[in-house]
Amino acid sequence: MLARTASNLYWLARDLERADYTARLLLSAAHLSAVRADGDRDSEWRAALAASGSSLENADSTRVVRYLAFDSSNASSIVSCLENARRNARAVRTALTVDMWDAVNGTWLELRSFDPAKMDEDRLSAFLDWVKARTGLFHGAYASTLLRTDGFRFTRLGQFLERADNSARLLAERVSASLSTSDAQNIDDQAALAVLRVVGARRAYRVFYKGRVAPRAVAELLMLRPEFPRSLVYCFEQITQQLAEIRDQDPRQSAECKRLAHLMYAQLRFGRIDDVLDAHPTARLRDLIARIGEISAQVARGYCF
Amino acid sequence: MTQASAPVFDEMHSDGATRAPYALIDAWLQALPPEHVALKRREAEEWFRRIGITFAVYSEGGDPERLIPFDLIPRVLAQSEWQRLQRGLEQRVRALNAFIHDVYHDREILRAGRVPQQLVLGNPQFRPEMAGFELPRRVYTHIAGIDLVRTGPDQYYVLEDNCRTPSGVSYMLENREVMLRLFPELFRRASVAPVAHYPDELLETLRSVAPVHCRGEPTVVLLSPGIHNSAYYEHAFLADEMGIELVEGADLIVRDDICYMRTTGGLERVDVVYRRIDDDYIDPLAFRENSLLGVPGLYFAYRAGNVNLANAIGAGIADDKAVYIHVPEMVRFYLGEEPLLANVPTFDCRKPDDLKYVLEHLHELVVKEVHGSGGYGMLVGPHASSAERAAFAAQLRARPHEYIAQPTLALSTVPTFVENGIAPRHVDLRPFVLTGECTRIVPGGLTRVALREGSLVVNSSQGGGTKDTWVLENDKGLD
Repeated sequence: MLARTASNLYWLARDLERADYTARLLLSAAHLSAVRADGDRDSEWRAALAASGSSLENADSTRVVRYLAFDSSNASSIVSCLENARRNARAVRTALTVDMWDAVNGTWLELRSFDPAKMDEDRLSAFLDWVKARTGLFHGAYASTLLRTDGFRFTRLGQFLERADNSARLLAERVSASLSTSDAQNIDDQAALAVLRVVGARRAYRVFYKGRVAPRAVAELLMLRPEFPRSLVYCFEQITQQLAEIRDQDPRQSAECKRLAHLMYAQLRFGRIDDVLDAHPTARLRDLIARIGEISAQVARGYCF
Repeated sequence: MTQASAPVFDEMHSDGATRAPYALIDAWLQALPPEHVALKRREAEEWFRRIGITFAVYSEGGDPERLIPFDLIPRVLAQSEWQRLQRGLEQRVRALNAFIHDVYHDREILRAGRVPQQLVLGNPQFRPEMAGFELPRRVYTHIAGIDLVRTGPDQYYVLEDNCRTPSGVSYMLENREVMLRLFPELFRRASVAPVAHYPDELLETLRSVAPVHCRGEPTVVLLSPGIHNSAYYEHAFLADEMGIELVEGADLIVRDDICYMRTTGGLERVDVVYRRIDDDYIDPLAFRENSLLGVPGLYFAYRAGNVNLANAIGAGIADDKAVYIHVPEMVRFYLGEEPLLANVPTFDCRKPDDLKYVLEHLHELVVKEVHGSGGYGMLVGPHASSAERAAFAAQLRARPHEYIAQPTLALSTVPTFVENGIAPRHVDLRPFVLTGECTRIVPGGLTRVALREGSLVVNSSQGGGTKDTWVLENDKGLD
C-alpha cells in the first residue's frame, strides 16, 4: 500500500485513541475534584494535565478544560485530535470503509454542535461521554468492517502505540511517586483509584487483587496483565503481532522498529513488577515512555511515513 | 441568434402545455406536499454532508467546505433528444482529438489556413515539448467535458469544450444516488437510463491507453493535488469507485524514466496516470520548476513511452476560448462532415471589426477571457452596471486578443425549488465524453442551474447549483 496511506491510517487511529484518553482523564478529574475531601479542587485538574503530557501556567479547572478539550492551538486537545483525524480520513478516503468514514466524518460534523463557551459541568460531561462513544464507534467500525490487510495493521499499530504511551504516562504521573513506599495500607490510595477510574478498570482490579487499592498492584495491572486491554504488555502483544504481519518487501528497512518492539514485549511478558520498576519506578517509567517514543520514530522510518 | 429579451424556452412547460418527457415529473410535483419537500431537501443536504461531497471556494471566508446546492427536481431529456446530442458529442470530440494530434505533428490545418497559425503556435496552452510525440491510440483528451446550452426544443449550442481536467462527474453520480434514495418510487415509474457504470467505463478507457512499454495488466493511478484542491472529493470518489490508488505528487517517483509509486513494500510500477493536475504543475523538471504538486521526471517517463497521462500534456490547446471559434471548421476539415452541434456565435476581439462591434454592444454581450475558467474574469453585459462595463471596455481595448464575446443566449429553464415555491431557473449541461479504444458517453451529464432569478451564470463558484439529469429510456416519459 502507499506509504502515505499507511501513515494517514496510523495517525488517524492515534488521534482518536488520544481523544478518548483525554476525555477519560477529564471525566475522572471532574468526578474526583467534586468528591475530594481536602477541598483542593484544582489539584485533580493539574494531575490530568500532567498525565496528558502537558503543562500550563496557573492551571485551574477552567483553563485545563479549555486547553485539553477545546484549544485548537494545542495539537493534542480533543478538538485538534478530532480535526486531525478527519483530515487524515479525508486524505485516505479510498482506504477507509464507509462505516469508518461515517464514524470519523459524523463525529466531525457533530463536533460543531458543542459550544465551548457554554460548557458547564453537565454539558462538559455530556461532551466527554460523547467523545468516548464516538471513538468507541470508530474502533468498532474498523474492527468489524476493515479487511485484514496492511491497512488494518497500520490502523491497529497506531491505536496501540498511542494507548501504550497513554498508559505509561498515566502511571508515571499519578502513581510513580507512591510506588516506592510499602503497600500495607488500610485505605485506598487516592491516586491509584484515580488511575483505575481513567482506564475504567475498577472492576478489572477486583478480579485480580484483593483488599485496598494499592499503587503497586495498579501498576502491575496497567503494565504486566496480559488480560487487561490497556496494559502495556497487551499493547505490545498487539504491536509486535501487527509488525510481524505487515507485508515487507525489504525486511531490512523495518528491522529496527521490530527489534525494539519485540525487546519491549519480551521484558513486559516475562518480567515481574519488582524487576520492571526496581528501586526507581519514576525513572523506569520515564525510560519506558522514551522507548515507546523511539519505537514510534522507527516505525515512521521503517515504513517511509 | 437569440437575445436575452427573446422568449425563454422552458423545458417542462412550453406553449402552455407540459412537454412529454416531463409528464411524470409534473404529476409528481403536483402531488408532492410542500412540507414533504422541505424534509427531503434537508435529507439531501444531510446525505451530502455525511458523505463529505463538498466544494471548496477559493479566497472566500466562512465554511471552507461548502455544499453545492442540490435541487430535487430532475432535468429530463427524451431518448431522441439525447441520441442527437450523443452523435454530436462523439463527432466533436473526435475532431478535437484529431486537431490536437495534428498541431503537434504535421500542422495541416494551419498550413491549409483554416486555423490561424499564430493563435495555435503563440498560445500559452501550446506545448512545443509534445511535437512529434506519438501517443497511444492518438488520444489527447481522454476525458472531455462539453458544456451545452439550449435555447429551444431543437436548438443546442456548445458553450465551451473542457479538454484538460474537467470536473463535476462525481456530482452527476451522487445526484442520482441521492435521488434514488429519496424518491425510489419515482424511478419505479420512469425508465431512466443508469449512470452508475461511469467509473467502470472510465477505468476501461484508461486501461485501453496503456503506454507502449507496458507489459501485462496496466496499473492505473489517479494523481490529485491533495485535500486542499476544490475537487478533492471527486478525486477520492473516482479512485475509490475504480479501485485504484489515489496518489499525490510525493507518492510517485521516476527512476530511469520509469514511474513508480512508493508503497510500504517498496516501489511499484505505474503505467497510466489519470492526472487531475494542470500541465504547468505536473513536472517541475519540464515545466514550472517551483511546483510542489508534480512528479520530477514524469514528463521524461511519458516521452520514453513508459507511462501514459490522461489527459495528455498539451491537450489544452483545444479548449482555448479563441480556438473554440474554429471547432466547427475542425469537424469539416478532419472528418469531412457537417457539425451536428453548433457553436455559440462568437466575436473574436483580436479582429478589429469584431472588437468594434463588441465595444458598441457590451450591454447585450457576454465577454470572456480567453484563458479564464470557472466564471471568473467574465462580464455579463445585461447584468453589469455601466461602471463595470466601462471598466471592462478599457481592459478590452488594452488587450483585445485576450477576449471573446458572445450574445447572451436565452438559456432554457427548468422548474427549480426556490425560496417561495417552484420557479424556472436557467440550466446548462456538461456531458462527459470518454475516448480510448472507443468512445463512451454515459447518458446525461451534469446539469448546473443558476439559482438566482434571471442569472445566467451556472458555475458553482458563482452560486450555481446542480440537478439530477435524466435521459429517458423511452420517449413517453411514463411507462
